[in-house]
Amino acid sequence: MLQRNPLAAHARLLDQVGTVDQVGIEERVAKFATRSIKKASKVWGLKLAVSMTDLTTLEGKDTPGKIESLCRKALRPHDDPSIPAVAAVCVYPSMVRHAKRHVGGTSVRVASVATAFPSGQARFRTRLAEVRGAVADGADEVDMVINRGAFLAGEFQRVQDEIAAVAEARGDAALKVILEVSELETFDSIRAASFLAMRVLRPGDFIKTSTGKTSLNATLGNNQVMIEAIRDFYLDTGIPIGMKPAGGIRTAKQALQFLIAVKETLGDAWLTNRRYRFGASSLLNDLVRQIEKERTGAYQAPYYFSEAAESY
Amino acid sequence: MPRNRRNRAGRAGLIFGDLWEFDPAPETADPKLKPRYGLFINGSFVRPRTGRHFDSVNPANERKLAEIALAGPADVDAAYQAASRAFRGWSALPGRERGKYLFRIARLLQDRAREFAVAETMDGGKPIRESRDFDVPMAAAHFFYHAGWADKLEYVAPGRRAAPLGVVGQVIPWNFPLLMLAWKLGPALAMGNCVVLKPAETTSITALKLAEILQDAELPPGVVNFVTGAGETGALVMGHPSAAKVAFTGSTEVGKAIMRQLAGTDRRMTMELGGKAANIVFDDAPIDQAVEGIVNGIFFNQGHVCCAGSRLLVHEPVAERVVSKLKNRIRVLRVGDPLDKNTDLGAINSRAQLDKITRLVASGVREGAVKFQPPCPLPEKGFYFPPTLFTKVTQSHRIAREEIFGPVLSILTFRTVDEAIEKANNTPYGLSAGVWTDKGSRILRMSTELKAGVVWANTFNKFDPSSPFGGYKESGFGREGGRQGLLDYARLE
Repeated sequence: MLQRNPLAAHARLLDQVGTVDQVGIEERVAKFATRSIKKASKVWGLKLAVSMTDLTTLEGKDTPGKIESLCRKALRPHDDPSIPAVAAVCVYPSMVRHAKRHVGGTSVRVASVATAFPSGQARFRTRLAEVRGAVADGADEVDMVINRGAFLAGEFQRVQDEIAAVAEARGDAALKVILEVSELETFDSIRAASFLAMRVLRPGDFIKTSTGKTSLNATLGNNQVMIEAIRDFYLDTGIPIGMKPAGGIRTAKQALQFLIAVKETLGDAWLTNRRYRFGASSLLNDLVRQIEKERTGAYQAPYYFSEAAESY
Repeated sequence: MPRNRRNRAGRAGLIFGDLWEFDPAPETADPKLKPRYGLFINGSFVRPRTGRHFDSVNPANERKLAEIALAGPADVDAAYQAASRAFRGWSALPGRERGKYLFRIARLLQDRAREFAVAETMDGGKPIRESRDFDVPMAAAHFFYHAGWADKLEYVAPGRRAAPLGVVGQVIPWNFPLLMLAWKLGPALAMGNCVVLKPAETTSITALKLAEILQDAELPPGVVNFVTGAGETGALVMGHPSAAKVAFTGSTEVGKAIMRQLAGTDRRMTMELGGKAANIVFDDAPIDQAVEGIVNGIFFNQGHVCCAGSRLLVHEPVAERVVSKLKNRIRVLRVGDPLDKNTDLGAINSRAQLDKITRLVASGVREGAVKFQPPCPLPEKGFYFPPTLFTKVTQSHRIAREEIFGPVLSILTFRTVDEAIEKANNTPYGLSAGVWTDKGSRILRMSTELKAGVVWANTFNKFDPSSPFGGYKESGFGREGGRQGLLDYARLE
């Protein structure tokens, strides 16, 4: 009976990977928010954040035209040529081939969500087929969701087996595993799920906080729990896994706080878009706005940035 | 897990380099210092009758900040006379009127918070992050809390009347100059006592700046008097015959001397003395948060904290992990200019204290403990000491027994709960302790068996005006904060 008891399974998993104290995590991340980043170090951090952005559109109303304007923005976030291109565009599988047309052959990669994003509630065979289809269409990266239902029911092996199967199906593409932290609820579960995923990933893969489709997305707190898990896993196995907080990061100031957390937890080797990404859309223009503010000493009017009310 | 993963792990390490170095971010508010401060007696600044002044130095760069008056016997006498004269009127005021003054002081302090934070950091060396986020707001909170008590004194001891004692003499230390002052003034004034207070000689400035606030608040003259100077002045304040009570925060050595001096008198005493707190980490603790608590426990205010968690007791199964995580953590502590908003460890308060820390660290090395200091550049001028860990420490090492009062952590291990309790209590001190475990029942047992005034569970160095603070054994007696702290300034009738 004990074997099948979900709580006991959870406890055994936590026994292996260790627990997290919520109050302590929140205190730790509050210190990142008090760091004061000025002048050259600020510009460096802002440009780094631009280069780490997965510029995202995941809407039912996405069209090839919308994808094209997103890709243009991704390649050239602003008139200033010293501002780098973003890391990737992140789209639904049906949009991959359109995105590929515009950014193929550039440094900007095409990331596709897959596995019945955001809920993951489709038959497993269907989810795998979606992954293969996105990769066949040219996706360089696949953002999958884990089976939260299975996780909460204590079926950890199933969760991990599914991730492993997707990791098999994605071929050469990089894999990002979305834990959907708001549905796991506790920091303990976020840490446990991070390890479940990392144990079947390879270097260059990522774990990711959220789909952006639920009420609570990336916070400094759950980012911290996950990068500490990445650090512990790396020190234990030598395998570097990347991190992608997604959803809810809208301002340059927030982005810098996340980067400070990376600098002080994972160190310099993670301060690159090969190992750290921001899943965001409106963040990009705030980063550009702040870079321009540092350059000119004044905030520019919103219409100086290529920005529409809800898209690029 | 495939075998080759293990092999790669051997090479895995984290790089905390200068890829993204932060630019200096100094706090620039004007501390509004005067070149020379007199004594604050009977509501105004007066020249010392000794005719002498001494320099207050910024420990971050060894530059002189201001000249501070040296109080002699005649000055201390004048302060006590002023306080005795003020006592009748002050103690007869209705509590709600005294409360108004305390509220005023708290608000004026909040209004000038940045200025006070900068002054505190320049005078004492603590990082601006701490003086801004901890010292000044907490000092204001203590005034607010006691302002709230002033009109509720009839409820502080149900069935009895709480009356003020008279004039109280207070001597405070240099580690939290403004905060310790607030801890001392708040309850004394709320209860209706008058005060003669001596700040530490290296950190008198914020007390004298607070005197300006007392003037702005129109506190009646003589209710609070500040006399400045070193140990001799302190002895005069503690030994003065008109004092109804003395309250001292500082070293156990000086506390004992005061108690000897006052033995046989009817003087009431509160002593808040040294500590050598045990921070105890069990194998089921959330390790990363425990590491954070350990760092906060020993490196807060450069370790100049009487309740600092200076002895780390780690459960053997996790000792290696805790130590390696701790080493990675302290590699990202930033040591340097206390006025920089990104500084984690500021300057050591004085050359004398730096020498003491250096001496004790040398003794640790000599006695065979293993020292770890992260590579960390220190400013050339000023008093600085890098964050330091000692492993392989045993109970008989000096660094496990003596209070270092610096950023130096001694790490010991234990195997069973009983052994942890025994080691934690094996010290003449008993001010505070920390317990890190996921098991609630173990926390309760530890908090009963640890002989310490404060036991923190899964956290460290947490303070609140409503929570009494004080020690066991040679860490002193009496409490500060809360109802208990207030009663230490009252006579119950």
